[in-house]
Amino acid sequence: MTRPLIHLESIHKYYGDYHALRGIDLDIRPGEFFSLLGPSGCGKTTLLRTIAGFEDVSSGNMFIDGRDMKRVPANQRPTNMVFQSYAIFPHLTVAENVGFGLRRDPRPKAEKAKAVEEALEMVGLRGYGKRAAHALSGGQRQRVALARALILKPKVLLLDEPLSALDKKMREQMQVELIRLQRSVGITFILVTHDQEEALVMSDRIAVMFEGEIGQMADPETLYRRPNSRRVAEFIGKMNILPGHVTEGGPGVTVDVAGLGRAEVATEQAPGGVVAGDTAVGIRPETLAILFEGEETTRRVVEGVVDEVVYYGDMTYYDVRVDGVPEPLNISMKNLIGRPVLDVGTRTRVAWDERSLVVLAR
Amino acid sequence: MAIGTWLTTERGRAATLVVPPFVYALLLLAIPVGAVILFSFWTQDFMTVDRTFTLDNYREIATTPVYGLLLRRSLFVSGTVTIVTVLLAYPIAYFVSFHVPAHRKSLWLFLITIPFWTSYLIRVFLWKVILGYNGVINSGLQGLGIIDEPLTFILYNVNAVIITLAHAFAPFAILPIFVALEKIDRSLLEASQDLGETRLTTFLRVTLPLSMPGLVAAVLIVFIPTIGDYVTPELMGGAGGKLIANMIQTQFLQLNNAPLGAALALVAMVSVTAISLVFILLNRRWLRGR
Repeated sequence: MTRPLIHLESIHKYYGDYHALRGIDLDIRPGEFFSLLGPSGCGKTTLLRTIAGFEDVSSGNMFIDGRDMKRVPANQRPTNMVFQSYAIFPHLTVAENVGFGLRRDPRPKAEKAKAVEEALEMVGLRGYGKRAAHALSGGQRQRVALARALILKPKVLLLDEPLSALDKKMREQMQVELIRLQRSVGITFILVTHDQEEALVMSDRIAVMFEGEIGQMADPETLYRRPNSRRVAEFIGKMNILPGHVTEGGPGVTVDVAGLGRAEVATEQAPGGVVAGDTAVGIRPETLAILFEGEETTRRVVEGVVDEVVYYGDMTYYDVRVDGVPEPLNISMKNLIGRPVLDVGTRTRVAWDERSLVVLAR
Repeated sequence: MAIGTWLTTERGRAATLVVPPFVYALLLLAIPVGAVILFSFWTQDFMTVDRTFTLDNYREIATTPVYGLLLRRSLFVSGTVTIVTVLLAYPIAYFVSFHVPAHRKSLWLFLITIPFWTSYLIRVFLWKVILGYNGVINSGLQGLGIIDEPLTFILYNVNAVIITLAHAFAPFAILPIFVALEKIDRSLLEASQDLGETRLTTFLRVTLPLSMPGLVAAVLIVFIPTIGDYVTPELMGGAGGKLIANMIQTQFLQLNNAPLGAALALVAMVSVTAISLVFILLNRRWLRGR
């Protein structure tokens, strides 16, 4: 592995008695799109602000590009930030906002103006330079904030929930644009978000944070398919959690799952480690399937009763009550041609697969 | 269609709301100002007022040097008071807005308004006690052996007027600047530092320009009323510290020459208005030019 661009070593942060960051160890590679994901209050924004230099760390070491960041103020760090509120200077024009950080740049004025124009073009705001900043829409502000940070060619671009103020459509559009932008400029992006979908769509790697700690750090697919704990599993997407009991032995792991029966699973299906005894077992809604009339399967089958139906157009979400399972199983089904939408109370068969089980550490 | 139905319409209800304060303003502002304007074109004829229209008063003001001297001195004093007050008020407003914890801010604002608990007159007299020949400053400095003779340049002259007025108007300057500073989104300051600026350059490039509306308000709020103040120069100014407002008062009350007093008042008013407008226009231009 190449030398990490950002290296954090047991970073702790206290606000008075409140322990906001509890020993964060983190390596971020050059050119990576990295996300800090977690519920509000988990410390993800605090961590981002310590990287930017707006907050001191209480203890621990931080290196950016091999340089110790101890007592290096924000204005001397090779990082730039896109703020949640965008922080566009209301008394300046768009071009003045974008060129704000170029004041010390020794290039002649005309070249700086050209750089501003290029930065605006990069974010799709060509010709907006003379506009007053306060007259921009939310999406345009976001683009100005991006151009303003990227024009300085930082080693790391920090993004603090940059999409949370936008409406759904705009958000999805900006997600795609951000990915495209990141690939074209090759700058390391660190994104803070509480939106798991956003993190999954955009990131190369994600650190899921809870209460000042990193719960799991992995690429999106691993995070989704192999969550290492119950809280990660429940935070990322939907997950049916069933009580289970692990009995060790054999090459894999043997686990008794409530309502589903005994199952053999591979060791990588227990990423949090295996301990014999009571445990929780997760299974994603889309890996379960309703067997409609006449359908047969080689997978394992349990019987249940439809408890709730939510029709979404392309998908239908069912809750199916199965004997021995405490909560109804959440099942999502694509509405393919010829598939009916079942009514509440219908008896049905549910197919499931041992390979889609995840044994979750407590 | 009686007036009763009209009163229930949108415009009728608006009118009902607006009329009482409008009448009040008319009685207490427009009519007196109108009367002053009218008087300034009349002349005093010993005990009676000669009501023939004339520009004699203005001619007298233009040709008699003392009026010009007093007006210039007044503008100088007001200008100095404004600069001193705003320069002293800005750091206080900045401190309260940026460094006082949020839950203490109202306490600080409350403390800043404490001088208003006592009458203006009493505060002026207190300054006399502080600045006087045997006052706090002089006896203090003498007791410490720093000076041998009491300082005389701090009472009964223009300096004393400036000190007293600057103190009296401080809260009027602090509050609008504070409000302007409070409205500044703090992430703008972080953004500026993130983009490479130090705390000082951030202040110059972000905080100061964004607080300009408060600064302009403070300047106008201090400058305009200090021109009209005659209590402080009367009590603190001595012979050499009299201002145009004292002359207006003298004309009205002692010399019984209301028409000349009215003309002086109008000249002072027009000068202040002109200076304020120039200030606002310059400021607008400067802000837009950035």
